[in-house]
Amino acid sequence: MIAVQQAAPTPDPLSVPANAPEHCPGTESELAGKADACAGCANQEVCASGQARGPDPALPLVRARMASVKRKILVLSGKGGVGKSTFTAQLGWAFAADEQLQTGIMDVDICGPSIPTILGIASEQVHASSSGWSPVYVQDNLGVMSVGFMLPSSKDAIMWRGPKKNGLISQFLKDVDWGDLDYLVIDTPPGTSDEHLSIVQYLKESGIDGAVVITTPQEVALQDVRREIDFCRKVGIRVLGLVENMSGFVCPNCKNESQIFKPSTGGGRRLAQVMNVEFLGAVPLDPRIGKSADYGVSFLDEYPDSPASMAYLDIIHKIKEILGDA
Amino acid sequence: MTTEADTPVGRRLRSIKHIIIVCSGKGGVGKSSVSTQLALSLRASSPTARVGILDVDLTGPSIPRMLGLDGHPVHQSSDGWVPVYADGSEARLSCMSVGFLLKRKEDSVVWRGPKKNAMIRQFLSDVRWGDLDYLVIDTPPGTSDEHLSLIEHMAPVHDRISAVIVTTPQAVALLDAMKCLSFTRVTALPVLGLIENMSGYVCPCCGEISNVFSTGGGEEMARRESLTFLGSLPVDTELVTLLDAAEAERPDESAELPEGGSKRSFDLLERYQKTPTAPLFKNIVDKILEQLTLSGASR
Repeated sequence: MIAVQQAAPTPDPLSVPANAPEHCPGTESELAGKADACAGCANQEVCASGQARGPDPALPLVRARMASVKRKILVLSGKGGVGKSTFTAQLGWAFAADEQLQTGIMDVDICGPSIPTILGIASEQVHASSSGWSPVYVQDNLGVMSVGFMLPSSKDAIMWRGPKKNGLISQFLKDVDWGDLDYLVIDTPPGTSDEHLSIVQYLKESGIDGAVVITTPQEVALQDVRREIDFCRKVGIRVLGLVENMSGFVCPNCKNESQIFKPSTGGGRRLAQVMNVEFLGAVPLDPRIGKSADYGVSFLDEYPDSPASMAYLDIIHKIKEILGDA
Repeated sequence: MTTEADTPVGRRLRSIKHIIIVCSGKGGVGKSSVSTQLALSLRASSPTARVGILDVDLTGPSIPRMLGLDGHPVHQSSDGWVPVYADGSEARLSCMSVGFLLKRKEDSVVWRGPKKNAMIRQFLSDVRWGDLDYLVIDTPPGTSDEHLSLIEHMAPVHDRISAVIVTTPQAVALLDAMKCLSFTRVTALPVLGLIENMSGYVCPCCGEISNVFSTGGGEEMARRESLTFLGSLPVDTELVTLLDAAEAERPDESAELPEGGSKRSFDLLERYQKTPTAPLFKNIVDKILEQLTLSGASR
């Protein structure tokens, strides 16, 4: 039998009915179809019969789609605003600097997608073709997929609970026409919750090559990063290494370096030692990084002389080495 | 509508006058530090003010650290969970966070939505806050499970909740703050105003002000969306250090009060009031109080 996969229509996240059961126990739960919240749900019978408890039907499709992706790298951090998306973008740009390589960036931060802005493609739309949704291309060999491309207006909030977010993540993995990729870099939201569990589950069979964990030097951030590394160990993802971002600030006037976020407990370097993960490097805070992100230009290309650019390139080189691609 | 108010959450929160939700679309813009400062400043706003702070960032709780309460356990009583008191026996600043429930600080809470929802419901219905003037709720980034759960469970006291939106000046953060604002509009949550955080950094060496994350974007957004602009806060390394280095003092068993608080003198507030940010934040709190009275009068 030949299975013909229909092109999935581009979803309009705002059209998802708001009246889906809010306390859905999850289709794989013991209580599926039997919980109080299931009363009145259209899927109640299917859930109660146990059919839904089998493996997710999306898994074989994800595996097929991901078979042509060589390396899958997650960018994680427990805390928000430490520079995950900025780092993801730089990593994508740096991989794509080699014209022989095909790179993809997938943004699974559903409620706060920043990747389109940082890459300067915020006004683009996703197009559906017979082979799936086409990623938005920043350049010939750098494709991007984000929920940001699917919103009618950047002001619209996506107020989704977990199950709907999981649905979109599985579609990003099975319905996007990534083509042959050398690298797929996945940007995640802060925390250790639905998005993270889903991406790990969907990619379990295809294999994740590893995670880059980003932190800032202060203890409040390190606390969350410890939890993130703990999460990686729980679900069996290899931690490629830790990057300390916003590490020191050089005053443009007096050229003296000061610590905005003081490493009161030894910063990322110490944490890496204690948790026994590789320390990939420290990137100093440069106001031009944030500016480049706002204007959607590559910081590495715009300011190659900045100490931050050099730090980024060193880290990216180390990541390639660890992956065995250098 | 009396039946609607009769949920466990409604009954528990009835003794709280104002509930302020601190939110922002983006992470790392300073929600937790703003929440902490808000709680401290509200407590200082009157000699009898009683303030609570609830941290619903379940997978990344930061409030315990910022209040110097790392490692404190939560006690059970016949009338529910006893919050941890940051000011010891005075008991005017109570705090609850999932951070108090974790055994090791590196333990991760890996929960999907339904479990988070249940935890939030418990926080709202089972914590023995007592009579509070203000309950400050610190939220995780985004507009997802935690936020929807909060609004849903607090429906019986919806007339008492309002929101403060925190952003940083750069475009990427403002974009997410807009989403947060859309969320408050969809859920009919009154917005007290917008705070622009990390607006400029003063070099400790030469005094030069650098706009690390640009500046002015928050004020501009407030004007465009006709929100009250509560004020902008520069990056204050003293404050960062104060809230960060609050090195957890081992909770000494003998130093613990039966109420679950600690006798540690409440010097955090004193030290906070000496930071350069404290007077700036006082203006913000004054504006917030003004807004609260206004909305109270219009009711």
